[in-house]
Formats: sequence, structure tokens, C-alpha cells
Amino acid sequence: MGLSIQGIQKSFDEKVILDGVTFDVQDGEFVSLIGPSGSGKSTLFGIIGGLLEPEAGDITMAGTSIVNERGHISYMPQQDALFPWRTILDNVVLGQELHGKVDKTQAKEMLEFAGLGDVIYAYPHQLSGGMKQRASFIRALLSPQSVLCLDEPFSALDEFTRLDMQKWLLKTWEAHRQSILFITHSIEEALFLSDKIVILTNSPAKVKEVIDVPFARPRDESLLLTEEFLIWKRKVLDLVAKRAV
Amino acid sequence: MMKRFMERGWRSVVAILLVIVFWESTVRIFSIEEWLLPTPSAIVRELFAVWPTFYPHLLSTLLLAVLGFLIGALFGLTVAMVLHSFDKVRETIYPFLILSQNIPIIVLAPLLVIWFGFGTLPKFIIITIACFFPITISTLGGLQQTNRELSHYMLMMGASKREMFWKLELPDAIPSILSGLKIAATYSVMAAVVSEWLGAQQGIGVFMTIATSSYKTPRVFVAIIVTMLLSFLFFSVILLIEKLLKRFVVRGGA
Ligand SMILES: Nc1ncnc2c1ncn2[C@@H]1O[C@H](COP(=O)(O)OP(=O)(O)OP(=O)(O)O)[C@@H](O)[C@H]1O
Ligand SMILES: [Mg+2]
Repeated sequence: MGLSIQGIQKSFDEKVILDGVTFDVQDGEFVSLIGPSGSGKSTLFGIIGGLLEPEAGDITMAGTSIVNERGHISYMPQQDALFPWRTILDNVVLGQELHGKVDKTQAKEMLEFAGLGDVIYAYPHQLSGGMKQRASFIRALLSPQSVLCLDEPFSALDEFTRLDMQKWLLKTWEAHRQSILFITHSIEEALFLSDKIVILTNSPAKVKEVIDVPFARPRDESLLLTEEFLIWKRKVLDLVAKRAV
Repeated sequence: MMKRFMERGWRSVVAILLVIVFWESTVRIFSIEEWLLPTPSAIVRELFAVWPTFYPHLLSTLLLAVLGFLIGALFGLTVAMVLHSFDKVRETIYPFLILSQNIPIIVLAPLLVIWFGFGTLPKFIIITIACFFPITISTLGGLQQTNRELSHYMLMMGASKREMFWKLELPDAIPSILSGLKIAATYSVMAAVVSEWLGAQQGIGVFMTIATSSYKTPRVFVAIIVTMLLSFLFFSVILLIEKLLKRFVVRGGA
């Protein structure tokens, strides 16, 4: 059930934002999308989600076009977007309520696994930022769609929580292996988490480079300090900076 | 709850007591005639004296206000939902809704009597109109200003219009709906009393008119104070409902 983005073209008020963006997310692949602020990453998500209509191009999932159709992907926004009047348990099954069947037993198991066992019946405002993001990710995982789109899910968290969340996300994802498209500003985060990194240029956004990340899985924190990791980080940094020339 | 009230409410209680003491002593010191301004103690005495005859009037107003409020609330909520669902209708009607909110009921009341006579119908119309506007306006406001992050999530997830309404817009609007209900609850008592001025067999409004025309000023004050208490009671019932719906109202910080 791979996702394929083909030549997506999008402008707002005559200004071209996305100019022929093309790349694939294979089945079970973790792909990061990096690019300057305002380059159009969230706009691309809006198109994938069917909220925005592209002027040209196609998006297919397992071979069928899903352009302008909603409900084919699961989504995790930057702000947790948990519903304040729902308990954590009722929040994480929301995706299932919208599509498919609610399975509270499975939801409880996943919450336990995520270390949220004690707050199953609590309300979002009683949780810390990191806990809310975890609940939000579980909501995305539990939704029946096979492709997850994550828009800078950790950018609102502090440094320590973010590293914890990255490790936790890796562990959780490696157990489930769904296709993920992940927007981030952090090269380090992209290298640590993904199989493939798509680098976008700024105004208009095109795919500048697609990098295959060579690190074996399962990965852990120690990877961040290896020589190899630093070399790759340098390499990606150079590629991103090349834009100026 | 009780403790919080004691901590915050004592100032108001002291203020009311001070006003009463001031009132009582001023009237006594300047020996103001009772038909001009009765003392608080005279009003309380009058309340007990007149209670057996007053009681049926109170019940009749209470019934009128409750029924009128329920009809107005039902009507107001329905209209808000319809206006919310149909953009074109809303854009057309909304300016009139705001304009008509400025029509004073007291002016409208005699007209309604001309059109509908002295029965209960014009009374219900008055109360319904009084309750309907605050509820419609605040409900519509709540429904139109849905949390943007939540609605973006729902849209990205492919929620239908129906799911958007029941799972997001309506629960998100509950605080606004409640504040509309609170205003309407106090209006309903006032509107009920006003509607009884137009001519009725029974009710606080009737009691008040009779008392005024015979210069029984303490009785007028009894009617005024009971009307206030009744409004406060209505308001408290809505507060209680708010407590029951706490999870929709308490949002915590961002
Ligand atoms: N609805 C809209 N109407 C007009 N312009 C828009 C609209 N949405 C986005 N834009 C513009 O499109 C460009 C891309 O916005 P987008 O939010 O996709 O960027 P982004 O890559 O997600 O940025 P960031 O990394 O800061 O989140 C911006 O210049 C923005 O001003
Ligand atoms: Mg963005």
C-alpha cells in the first residue's frame, strides 16, 4: 500500500508553491520531508489529505488515484489536537470512530505500552506535552488507514522530551511498521528516524534530493554519536545549504 | 465548592447586608412614608402576611416562565443549527436577527395583544422571543468558531459533515450554548412578568399591577424581590447543568 506523489503543482494567488513535487513512500517505509519554513510542506499534506486541490499531478495509493479524496490517510498534527472533552481512551479511538470499528481493548493495550496506562480515563489538560503527543500518535496509529502523515509532531516539545519521543516513536513504529510520511525541520531527527529523506527547495518547492539513509534497524540513541552519523549529518547539511548557490 | 463560595462570596454578602442596613436606617431616620419607600423589614413582614394570596400568582408565573423558556430554548437551538448548516440562509438572515434583537419586548407586547388577544399565546410568544435571541446568537457563535486545530484534524481524517457536527462542532459549542441559556433563563422570568401586565388572571405581574394601583408599595417590593429570586433560581439551575457538563466546559490551558 505505497503512496506515490507525482508531479504535484499548487499555487496560491498566482504564486507557485509546489512545482512538480514527485516522490514515493513504499509500503512500510519511513520517509522524512525536510525543507525551509514556508516551502509548502503542510500544503502538500493538505493535498494528500484531499483538503486542497492541486492544479496538476496525481497522488496514488496502491495504484489508485486518491487526489481530492478524503479519508485515505491518517494524520498527526503539530499541536496534539486532542479533544478536551474526551478521555484519552476516547480520544485515541476517534480515528476508528470515523473509519472502521472501535476496538477499545487494543487501544488500552497500546496506551499501556506507551506508558499512558495511568491516564486512560484522564482528560488531555491533565497530561504533559510529551504525553499528549504520545496519545496523538497512538490515535494516528490506531486509525485504520495504512499511511500516516505526521506534520512536525515534536517541534513544540523541549529538547529532552523530544529525544525521548523520538526513541519511543522508533520503538513503537518498529513494532507496527506502517508507512510514514514525516515532516520535520531537524536533519538529525530525519536521519535518526527515517529510511529515506526528501529534501525540498524553497519557493517554489521542488524535490532537490532524495537520500537513502543507510543505518540498520533497530536503531537506538547510541547511533546519534557514531562517526558515521555525523558524516551523514554533514552531508545532508551541505545538500540543504547548497540552495544558496 | 461551598468553601470556595465562602472565600469569594462573603464580600457580596457583606455588601448586601450593608445596603439593607443603610436602607432601613435611612427610611427610619428621615421617617419616609411607607407608600413611598418601605423599609426592608416591612417588606419581609408584608411577604409573610401576603404569602397565602401571593403563592398562586408565583406558581402561575413560574409555570409560564419555565414553559416559555423551554419553548424558546428549543426554538433558539433549532434555528441556530439550521442557520449553521445552511450558509446562504445564515448570510441572509443574520443581519435581521441582530437588528430584531434591539426591539424592546415591552413595545412588542401591546402589539401582540392586538394580534393574538389576551390568551396565553401572546404571553408565550413574548417569552419565546426574549429567550430565543440570546440562545440563537450565542449558539451560532459557538458553532461557527470551532477550534481550528481540531477541525483541521477532522478534515484531514476525512470526517463527514455530519461527523464534524456531532463529534466536534456541537460539543465544542457547549460553553457558548450554556452562556446563552444563562442569559435566556433570567430573561424568561422578566418576560413572563411583563407579559402578565398585558392582562392575565394570575401571576406576579398581575399582583404587581394591582398593588401599584392601590399604592401598596411593600407588596410591589415583595413582587420585585420574588421576581429577582426566581431569576436567580433559574440561573442556578443552568449553573448546575454546567457543572454536570463540566468536561465540555473545563478546557485547561493551551
Ligand atoms: N490557504 C492559503 N492561502 C494562501 N497562501 C497560503 C495558504 N496556505 C499556505 N499558504 C502559503 O503557502 C506557503 C507554504 O505554506 P506551508 O504552510 O505549506 O509551509 P510549510 O513548509 O509547512 O512551513 P512550516 O515549515 O513553517 O510549517 C506559505 O508561503 C504560505 O504563506
Ligand atoms: Mg507546516
